[in-house]
Amino acid sequence: MTSLVLADHDNTSLKDTTNKVVTAAGALGGDVHVLVAGAGCGGVAEAAAKISGVTKVLLADAPQYAHQLAEPLAALMVSLAEPYDAMLAVANTAGKNVMPRIAALLDVAQISDITSVESPDTFTRPIYAGNAMQTVQSADSKKIITVRTTTFKAADDGGSASIEPITATDDPSVSRFEGEELSKSDRPELTAAKIIISGGRGMQSGENFAILEKVADKLGAAVGASRAAVDAGFVPNDYQVGQTGKVVAPDLYIAVGISGAIQHLAGMKDSKVIVAINKDEEAPIFQVADYGLVQDLFKAIPELEEELGKIGL
Amino acid sequence: MKVIVPVKRVIDYNVKARVKPDQSGVDLANVKMSMNPFDEIAIEEAIRMKEAGHVREIIAVSIGPQQAQETIRTALAMGADRGILVKTDEAVEPLAVAKILKAIVEEEKPELVMPGKQAIDDDCNQTGQMLAALLNWPQGTFASQIKFADGKLDVTREIDGGLQTIEINLPAVVTTDLRLNEPRYASLPNIMKAKKKPIDMKTPEDYGVDITPRLKVLKVMEPPKREAGIKVESAAELVHKLREEAGVI
Repeated sequence: MTSLVLADHDNTSLKDTTNKVVTAAGALGGDVHVLVAGAGCGGVAEAAAKISGVTKVLLADAPQYAHQLAEPLAALMVSLAEPYDAMLAVANTAGKNVMPRIAALLDVAQISDITSVESPDTFTRPIYAGNAMQTVQSADSKKIITVRTTTFKAADDGGSASIEPITATDDPSVSRFEGEELSKSDRPELTAAKIIISGGRGMQSGENFAILEKVADKLGAAVGASRAAVDAGFVPNDYQVGQTGKVVAPDLYIAVGISGAIQHLAGMKDSKVIVAINKDEEAPIFQVADYGLVQDLFKAIPELEEELGKIGL
Repeated sequence: MKVIVPVKRVIDYNVKARVKPDQSGVDLANVKMSMNPFDEIAIEEAIRMKEAGHVREIIAVSIGPQQAQETIRTALAMGADRGILVKTDEAVEPLAVAKILKAIVEEEKPELVMPGKQAIDDDCNQTGQMLAALLNWPQGTFASQIKFADGKLDVTREIDGGLQTIEINLPAVVTTDLRLNEPRYASLPNIMKAKKKPIDMKTPEDYGVDITPRLKVLKVMEPPKREAGIKVESAAELVHKLREEAGVI
């Protein structure tokens, strides 16, 4: 049994979601290799070689992999597939984009968004926005898997794998990168943050998110939003936590002015501690909250900021 | 050009899925079913492309039980031109769906296939990418904007951390994300007109596709429940609890 993990990176740094997928791959048993495909990404390969449990790093450094476009990346991974029993990637937009393409080319099913490895061929995954958990057994000779990283621990650093440069495959040249607009923020990314404070429709406007940002700055937290707040145009879509946005599981999740629609709960209910602040005491969010504060958020949030200041944050 | 939009019949997004007591799956009996919301967005986008003069014909395809015909009718009432129902009472996995769609593409020769990015029942997010792979076409997944440009498409994609724009050759597969548009409601006259639009009835065997599942569902369970905690009276009490009791700040 040997598994190949597709590294999650931006050509400069390796994201710790890769370490989590290495943990999932390790649970399958056998050797774990990591593929770093990118452009000018030698540093990423060095970082990947240090992950405990990784025995080899494949480095495909070529311009066509710079933006993880699905067509060239899938062609590369299919060319590498032969010796591997499983190929795994993070269930983020990059992994979700490329992995089904590989599965189809290998004529095998993909197992999406696994939250646990029951045995080398059996996996559990959420369906219906996390309202049910499905356990599936794969009969395919190769397993193509995307991993929901919120439920796997990151493998430590401490390994010293060899790095093997590999030859790029031809670019199918059917897709070209034109540009990207990434949200710039000094705050942590939603999916990496230990603390998240999210606002819902109750925030009433985008400007009012400023009061959440002040609390976020005190806590070193990321700022998120419910789909209702995004649909109302308060904040951009990449703030969205929920089934149709980002799935997060921080140590502390503070839901402010969020009623707790099924679709939002699906994105945050694995958080360690949940706080709900809402003036409507009937709001469903209180049914999942460890600590509920029934109060108008425009009173509660400034007070929360002040109280955090009092304890030196 | 011709566009194919695959539409799936799923439990309505406002209805909470209930797990069957015998853990064999989710209970679909007497539950309101609707078109997968992402597919509705794809139909809307195809109609807008037609209104803008880029598209001549929109074909709505559904693979599912007889009742999936209603889902196709919804698409026709919104503005699709005709439908194809590939009838089966079995659960069809994304790979088999992609194979059936590939066979339909080979017959119909569209220049664009536009599925929703994922179905809200199995949450797989695979079919569009698999179809693109089988056809050896480029893909633009999670689209929040689609523009025609010199016989190609500029697709803006919702990615982690923001937006990415790629240019892809046609023919192509584009999967639709939430931001792309707000689907229209079908008007009553259009619902009536849709009843006269043709729907071809097919089966997976007609396309020579083996739909035997590759994955065996061993069980479907309720997710672990979270218990409601306690109410606090003030921000001060909240901060105290978070520091002293929960230890998270």
